[in-house]
Amino acid sequence: MKYSVFSLLRNSFSGHKNWTPAWRDPSPKKGYDVVIVGGGGHGLSTAYYLAKEHGLTNIAVLEKGWLGSGNIGRNTTIIRSNYMLPGNNPFYEWSMKLWEGLEQDFNFNAMVSQRGVLNLSHSDPQRDAFARRGNGMRIDGVDAELLDRDQVREMYPFFDYDNARFPIRGGLLQKRGGTVRHDAVAWGYARGADSRGVDIIQNCEVTGIKMQNGKVLGVETSKGFIGCKKLGLAAAGNSSEVAAMAGMKLPIESHVLQAFVSEGLKPFIDGVVTFGAGHFYVSQSDKGGLVFGGDIDGYNSYARRGNLPMVEHVIEAGVAMIPSLARVRVLRSWGGIMDMSMDGSPIIDKTHIDGLYLNAGWCYGGFKATPASGWCFAYTIANNEPHKLNAAYLLDRFRRGYMIDEKGQGATPNLH
Amino acid sequence: MLIKCPHCGTRPVEEFTFLGDADVKRPATTDPSSMDQWFDYVYLRDNPKGRFNEYVHHSGGCRAWLVITRDTQTHEVFGCVTARDWAKKQGAVR
Repeated sequence: MKYSVFSLLRNSFSGHKNWTPAWRDPSPKKGYDVVIVGGGGHGLSTAYYLAKEHGLTNIAVLEKGWLGSGNIGRNTTIIRSNYMLPGNNPFYEWSMKLWEGLEQDFNFNAMVSQRGVLNLSHSDPQRDAFARRGNGMRIDGVDAELLDRDQVREMYPFFDYDNARFPIRGGLLQKRGGTVRHDAVAWGYARGADSRGVDIIQNCEVTGIKMQNGKVLGVETSKGFIGCKKLGLAAAGNSSEVAAMAGMKLPIESHVLQAFVSEGLKPFIDGVVTFGAGHFYVSQSDKGGLVFGGDIDGYNSYARRGNLPMVEHVIEAGVAMIPSLARVRVLRSWGGIMDMSMDGSPIIDKTHIDGLYLNAGWCYGGFKATPASGWCFAYTIANNEPHKLNAAYLLDRFRRGYMIDEKGQGATPNLH
Repeated sequence: MLIKCPHCGTRPVEEFTFLGDADVKRPATTDPSSMDQWFDYVYLRDNPKGRFNEYVHHSGGCRAWLVITRDTQTHEVFGCVTARDWAKKQGAVR
C-alpha cells in the first residue's frame, strides 16, 4: 500500500482497523542470490538499493534480534556532511542528497529535518581549522558558513560566551545538516525492501559462514543453513565476530558509546550544536527531550552500557556550553557498540573471498551515512567492484598506507 | 568499573588510560620482509567478545603501565599485573 493523504483518510474512516503490516515476517528460503547479515540501517538500506537500483530481489536480510534493534535505534539522529578529506566528502555529501529525497523515495515519513548543524569554536586556531574545513567542504560542493561570535549569539543567546576557559568565538554552520527520526529510517527501508520482495528475517542469528575453494556458499543460522551466491556483512559492532567466521581479522575494535535524553522541555534548541572544546553534541527532539552525547568510553566493550566517568564528562561539557542545562534532569541513557576502525573511516569493499562483501568500521558516524552506505554497498555487491564514491573505503588501504584519518590520530581506535 | 592496581590497590576506572590489546606481538625486526607482521601488529585486532587482555596506564595514580584481564561483555575485571610481569609471563623479557 502506498502511504498518502488518501490512504490516511480512507483508513481514518474505517477506524484505522485495516492497515496492513509494513513488512512480512517470512521463513527463510533454502537459498538466495544475496544474503545480508545485519538488519540495521545499513543492512536494510543495502537490500533496498539492491532491489531498487540493481533489480536484485531474491535477497534475505538476516537479523539476530529484532529489526533496527542495534545502532540505528541508539544514535543521536544527526545528519551532516561536514568532513574535510577528499575520500570522505563526496561520499557523505551523496548521503546528504539521498536524505533530502529519502521520504519521497521510500514513501515513508522519516521526519528529515534540515535544521542546521553548528560546530562551535573557542580559539583562533580552532576558527582557522574550521575555516579550512569549511573551504574543503565548499570545494566539494557542500554548504558551509563560517560564523563569528555575534552571528552565533543571535542564533543561541543562552550559551556561555564568556566562559573563562572556553569562550565561544564563532562557529562553522552547515544549514543542510539536521536530524532524522532514526527508527523510521529502519522502518522505511525495511518496508521499501520488503515490498520489492526482499525477505527480512528477524531473530535469525548467523553462527557460521560456509565456504568452499575460496567462495561463499551460504550461512549457518539459528534457523538452519541458508545458501547464497553473495554475502554482505553489515554487522556494525559485531563485525569482528562475523568476519572471524570467514577466517578474517579486521582493523576494528568494538567500543561503547553512550547517549542521553533529558526530560521534555519547551522549544529550546532548534538546531544541532556541538561544543568544540570537549566532545558534546545536542539537539531537541520533537517530543521536547534534549538528545545529546559525547565521546566513546575508551575501552573495548560489547556491553551496550558504559560507565559513570563518561556520563559525568558529557554533562560537564554540556553545562560548560549551556549553563542553564544544569537544572535539566536526564531521563535516560543507553549505549551502543561502535565498530571503531584504525583510521576512523569506514570500509565498504569486497574481500579476498569470492562472494563475500564487507561493510564495517563506521565508528560513531554510521547513522548519517545510512543511505549512501547502503547505496554504495549495493553497487559493490551487484557489480563486484566499488563505486567511485566508496573507492577510498577499501579494506587493503591500511596495508597500502592510504588511511583516511580526519582526526590525524593514527592507528588508535579509541581516540577517533 | 574498579581496577586493582598492584601498587595502589583498588581504584576507579577514571584514573586509568586504556591503550588496548595486550596480546598483539611487536615484531623483533624491522626487516622489510617482516612487513606482514608489522601490519598485523599495528592494524589487525582479534577484538574478542569476552575475556580480553589489555594495556592500561595508571595515569591518575602511580603512572605504571599495567595489563588487566577483563570481560568485554560484562566489564568484570579478573586481574591486573604490571606490564613487566606480563611481558615476563609471555617470555618477552627475562
